[in-house]
Amino acid sequence: MDFHLSNEQLMLRKMYREFAETEVKPLAEEIDEEERFPMETVEKMAKLGMMGIYFPKEYGGAGGDVLSYAMCVEELAKVCGTTAVIVSAHTSLCCAPIFENGTEEQKQKYLPDLLSGKKIGAFGLTEPGAGTDASGQQTTAVLEGDHYVLNGSKCFITNGNVADTFVVLAMTDKKAGNHGISAFIVERDFPGFSQGKHEKKMGIRGSSTCDLIFEDCIVPKENLLGKEGKGFKIAMQTLDGGRIGIAAQALGLAEGAIDETVKYTKERVQFGKRLSQFQNTQFQLADMHCRTQAAQYLVYAAACKKQLHEDYSMDAAMAKLFAAETASDVTRRAVQLFGGYGYTREYPVERMMRDAKITEIYEGTSEVQRMVISGHLGVK
Amino acid sequence: MKIIVSVKQVPDTSGKVAVNPDGTLDRASMQAIINPDDLNAVEAALKLKDETGCKVVVVTMGPPPAAGMLRELMARGADEGVLVSAREFGGSDTYATSQILAAAISRIGVEKDDIVMCGRQAIDGDTAQVGPQIAEKLHLPQVTYAADIQKTGDTITVKRMLEDGYMTIKVKTPCLLTCIKELNTPRYMSVGGIFEAYGKPLQTFDYETLKDDALIDPTTIGLKGSPTNILTSFTPPLKGAGLMLNEGDDKANCEKLAGILAKKHII
Repeated sequence: MDFHLSNEQLMLRKMYREFAETEVKPLAEEIDEEERFPMETVEKMAKLGMMGIYFPKEYGGAGGDVLSYAMCVEELAKVCGTTAVIVSAHTSLCCAPIFENGTEEQKQKYLPDLLSGKKIGAFGLTEPGAGTDASGQQTTAVLEGDHYVLNGSKCFITNGNVADTFVVLAMTDKKAGNHGISAFIVERDFPGFSQGKHEKKMGIRGSSTCDLIFEDCIVPKENLLGKEGKGFKIAMQTLDGGRIGIAAQALGLAEGAIDETVKYTKERVQFGKRLSQFQNTQFQLADMHCRTQAAQYLVYAAACKKQLHEDYSMDAAMAKLFAAETASDVTRRAVQLFGGYGYTREYPVERMMRDAKITEIYEGTSEVQRMVISGHLGVK
Repeated sequence: MKIIVSVKQVPDTSGKVAVNPDGTLDRASMQAIINPDDLNAVEAALKLKDETGCKVVVVTMGPPPAAGMLRELMARGADEGVLVSAREFGGSDTYATSQILAAAISRIGVEKDDIVMCGRQAIDGDTAQVGPQIAEKLHLPQVTYAADIQKTGDTITVKRMLEDGYMTIKVKTPCLLTCIKELNTPRYMSVGGIFEAYGKPLQTFDYETLKDDALIDPTTIGLKGSPTNILTSFTPPLKGAGLMLNEGDDKANCEKLAGILAKKHII
């Protein structure tokens, strides 16, 4: 496999890094502390084409590729897990399903504003009773003349408070099980749509997470995404893509924690020696780096396979599982190497550790990833 | 209308500065960046492009890897790049460099409504000589230290920032302006711009391309043609932090200031 980055990808990495260091890092602590969505950063990212990286120019995208998108999320996550997930959820969970499943009219109507970042996207699948068991959807959609009527609620919706456009899953035929689930494009202004409570979270605290409520919500018939009854398939395909974004976020968090730890251990002196001179520090960082590098290969391989339209479902699951568990492990070790200072909010590693935990949970828990991987191996 | 911006790849002197035994900079051991003032010149050109739709050409003299810098400037929005690169040009000081760049700019062509822009000075040599020398060799009017640039028709109004104040000058195109960091904040490369950058035209002007220009005299280009001799190079000592007298009332601060100046026998 060729891991040689193109000239464009090398230049993109430089640009992402410069942007992240200059525009994102200075806000990371503040938006975490204040649980504030960094709208000003989103506006800047939109101007630079970071909200529609791998979509064609004809729909307002930047004309890039999936790896270039994963690298963007990775570089943002190195300094701020919150900003990374905003881009990931918007791109993978809203822009991608509309691009991959929408009619030409739907793509023309919704993608230009989403890909240019004028509007923010979100994805409504999870419900109080349908988390890992996504098939247990209770939200219903009933066709009445020229529109569907949606009733029910969604929870833990990333970008929920700020999004204008949502891809929402609902049951159109309860008796048909998974085959009775359909996907819809819902606009914030549709009658009967409202948002619920904002979740107070352990990490990624600047990102918006809230409930979506549908009370006789009127969704035009033409906003059915894909065919009726094909929503579960769309949701699973969307999550496959989303896992690349979250794996990239986890990868970036691990890399960012290593960067901070290398810097700190070269400065901090104990017993008359710099921490970096102790073998424990050296071995810990060597292990942390090896795992993170392996995670990067998995993430990049999954991104390249998606770009080539190969079956990447298992690759995305492996990338997310390994990168997420690596992020949790590496950030926890980083806090340990920092000692007492690492436990304070004076240094960013405790935030990185809090941010890393969610990567093992959302867009499919690590247990779900293991189910996907073992399923592909035929272990039943 | 087009704007030709002369840019330079320089070693990043914000970190540790490495010096060779002969007093020249050890460029190989330092990271290469785009000279900061040149980025302000490019941004000024791109702003005029945003307003007028003009073409922006970036030109640099340097070894082949400097082409990467030109691509980055194209990713910010420049339309074309010209790399001036030849063994014969190596080791040029400001006098020789400006001759070669003037010949290159002359070959690109300076039309009646064109502007040539440069950064004020490069952070490696800090001479601020190349821009003005290019203007002299091309017989162009020059305005240095531009802190604001407004274009109306063929008239450019430039606010120059000097040590003790501002000076506003009007100049007609074609002309050469040197730009300072107060002029603007350079934009980032954009994702779309990066994907377009490698499709934009990039020419290389080697010795053969420029040798027939009257300015390209073998005795006045390259190391042999450079009259500069470096006696010594050193890192200047860091200046101490300034003292701010902004607490308490004005009268007390004035008295304190007068006391400090008197102690130093300044007043």
